Amino acid sequence: MRVVVVESGVIAGGATGSGMGHIVVMDDNPAEYALTLYSQQLWAELLPQLPAPVEYDPCGTLWVATDEEEMSGVHAKFASYTMRGVRADVLDARTVAELEPNLRDGLAGGLLVRDDSVIYAPCATAWFLRGIAVRNARVVEVSGDGVRLENGDLLHCGMVVCAAGAKTSELFPQLDVRPRKGHLAITDRYPGFVRHQLVELGYLKSAHGHSTESVAFNVQPRRTGQVLIGSSRQYGVESPAVDRPLLNQMLQRALQYMPRLADLSVIRTWTGFRPATPDNMPAIGSCPGRGNLYLATGHEGLGITTSLGTAHLLVDLIAHRTPRIDPAPFAPERLWRDG
Amino acid sequence: MPDVAIVGAGPAGIAAARAVRECGKTAVVFDDNSCAGGQIWRGEDIPLQELRASTPVLGPWQLGCGRVILATGARELFLPFPGWTLPNVMGAGGLQALVKSGLPVRDKRIIIAGSGPLLLAVAVTLRKQGAQILFVAEQAPTRQLLRLARHPAKLLAGLRLRMELMGIPYRTGCWPVSAEGPDQLLAVTMRQGEETWTERCDYLACSFGLVPNLELPLLFGCQVRGGCVAVDEQQRTSVPNVFAAGEITGIGGVEKATAEGRVAGLNAAGKNAHNTPSAFPETLRHAFQLRQELKHLATRETIVCRCEDVPLSAIRSFDSWRAAKLQTRCGMGPCQGRICGPAIEFLCGWPADSVRPPAFPSTISGLLAEKLLDQ
Repeated sequence: MRVVVVESGVIAGGATGSGMGHIVVMDDNPAEYALTLYSQQLWAELLPQLPAPVEYDPCGTLWVATDEEEMSGVHAKFASYTMRGVRADVLDARTVAELEPNLRDGLAGGLLVRDDSVIYAPCATAWFLRGIAVRNARVVEVSGDGVRLENGDLLHCGMVVCAAGAKTSELFPQLDVRPRKGHLAITDRYPGFVRHQLVELGYLKSAHGHSTESVAFNVQPRRTGQVLIGSSRQYGVESPAVDRPLLNQMLQRALQYMPRLADLSVIRTWTGFRPATPDNMPAIGSCPGRGNLYLATGHEGLGITTSLGTAHLLVDLIAHRTPRIDPAPFAPERLWRDG
Repeated sequence: MPDVAIVGAGPAGIAAARAVRECGKTAVVFDDNSCAGGQIWRGEDIPLQELRASTPVLGPWQLGCGRVILATGARELFLPFPGWTLPNVMGAGGLQALVKSGLPVRDKRIIIAGSGPLLLAVAVTLRKQGAQILFVAEQAPTRQLLRLARHPAKLLAGLRLRMELMGIPYRTGCWPVSAEGPDQLLAVTMRQGEETWTERCDYLACSFGLVPNLELPLLFGCQVRGGCVAVDEQQRTSVPNVFAAGEITGIGGVEKATAEGRVAGLNAAGKNAHNTPSAFPETLRHAFQLRQELKHLATRETIVCRCEDVPLSAIRSFDSWRAAKLQTRCGMGPCQGRICGPAIEFLCGWPADSVRPPAFPSTISGLLAEKLLDQ
């Protein structure tokens, strides 16, 4: 099949370029689990070919528990991961302190998921696009014949895949994909300050909740030695400007887990928009009654992880092959508001 | 709470503070340096009662919503060429600052190169400290520099400066092609017309003009035109209650900065004052315009982003700053493009990308700190 990718801005200039590039198996519900696990396996298979600028780092994820209630959450997670063949270790407080000396004292313990990793997503994107035609233009309409560009040109094609992320609703206002703003901060280089992707157990509550604003502790080591600090979520805000109170809340939350972050030098803060859906599942597949339109969007904070699983699933659906995981939870028709 | 917050304690900020004081109002002047004077009056021990030294302003949120005068000055423009990152190759103003802080240069062989009136001022300082200045190399050709004749007073000041430097050749249409090491600077290869030659030296003080510090004005949302903050004759920017004065409204030297600082101060204090813009900044810009050859000094291997070690070859294939940044991390290091940004804009023609807070690196404690002004 001949493919052309139409990108209105810079390659990887959306959430891909703003986000953390964390590859993580998430166990919040079976569909999410299946998609992230499938994807992680695909990333692992690709590993020998990934070029150096992708900066693949198998640092693992350390889920951090602050009290006994969260520790029982750790045990539940351990059971669910182990059942699916995902390597995980329950850690006591002392081991957590040994692995991550800059976490505060008095934590209850944690869960180490060894095979999670971090990549530099923009370079991975460029690598995936090698040899593929990319057209720098903005799509304003999708019809039975193809796509119409802003300058009036019509690109004839048999099939359209919309992977417009947080901009999806600009093209399809009836589709329930809403931008969910996030903040990030990055420090100067402090090699070894943090060694794993650190996430608080409350992260899922923030990600899957529907409150207008929330923050959750989420910190990542980069290959450069810089520390990437997140996370925040906000609905209904269009402006990309940094929201001071929310940024401060996010930083305060981070300090609660890693007090020594206070003295690190932050060189930049920025925002990005995740594409979010009401049920927190992405939209992957065909759109009945809409010609040859397929969707691959709505991945919220799991876009990098699930990119490969999404791609394989979509190609299987297009080719009428049996996909490796159940596509039903991701069916786009559930998101069309006009029925 | 002071009536007016001033950012920058250089000539413009000092003039603004004095004007506010004259009007019977109160001001506070923030500067990241430990003394007032900015770059041009560095080390001159200027008293400024309103000064809050060693206090960089990170963004608009630190100043609340009162009247603000931005006078954040300018920094040197660096252009990459082979060897420009060798030890003892530094900015002209940079070497001058080091010397004023005590770096010994007696009998050291020094070449001052690049562009702009700053080169001569630096030569004076270095000469006073006993340096052996081989020559000052100005990239602009003589015919271009003659435009300065439109401003006789300035020309006279320039000539006076030249006379102080008697004995030091001032080579026009001359620029550095490469600096040689291997571990630190040993020699510089220069070009003038058809001639190319190599000169042994201990220091190369090199910068190609000045670039306004627009980080804070941009974070405030001030409109920028032609690389400078747009202001009216009262020094008002496009943002209500925010004024701008000095090099950030156009590179024009001390007199312009002082005049604009004063007008901004008077208006911020509630008086009505107007500035008559001079043609000097425009003349300066034309006289010292950078020549095309400077775009071709860097080779494929020459580092263009010092923070992230990105060579020219890595960024050449992109067509925008944002694309180059995302793929190579050029401009994403601690300086956030302060050093490489203007160079890459000159080399590749890409306009600068938008600025993100904080205006300067800050600890998390600093970011979380209370406002700089008491309510």
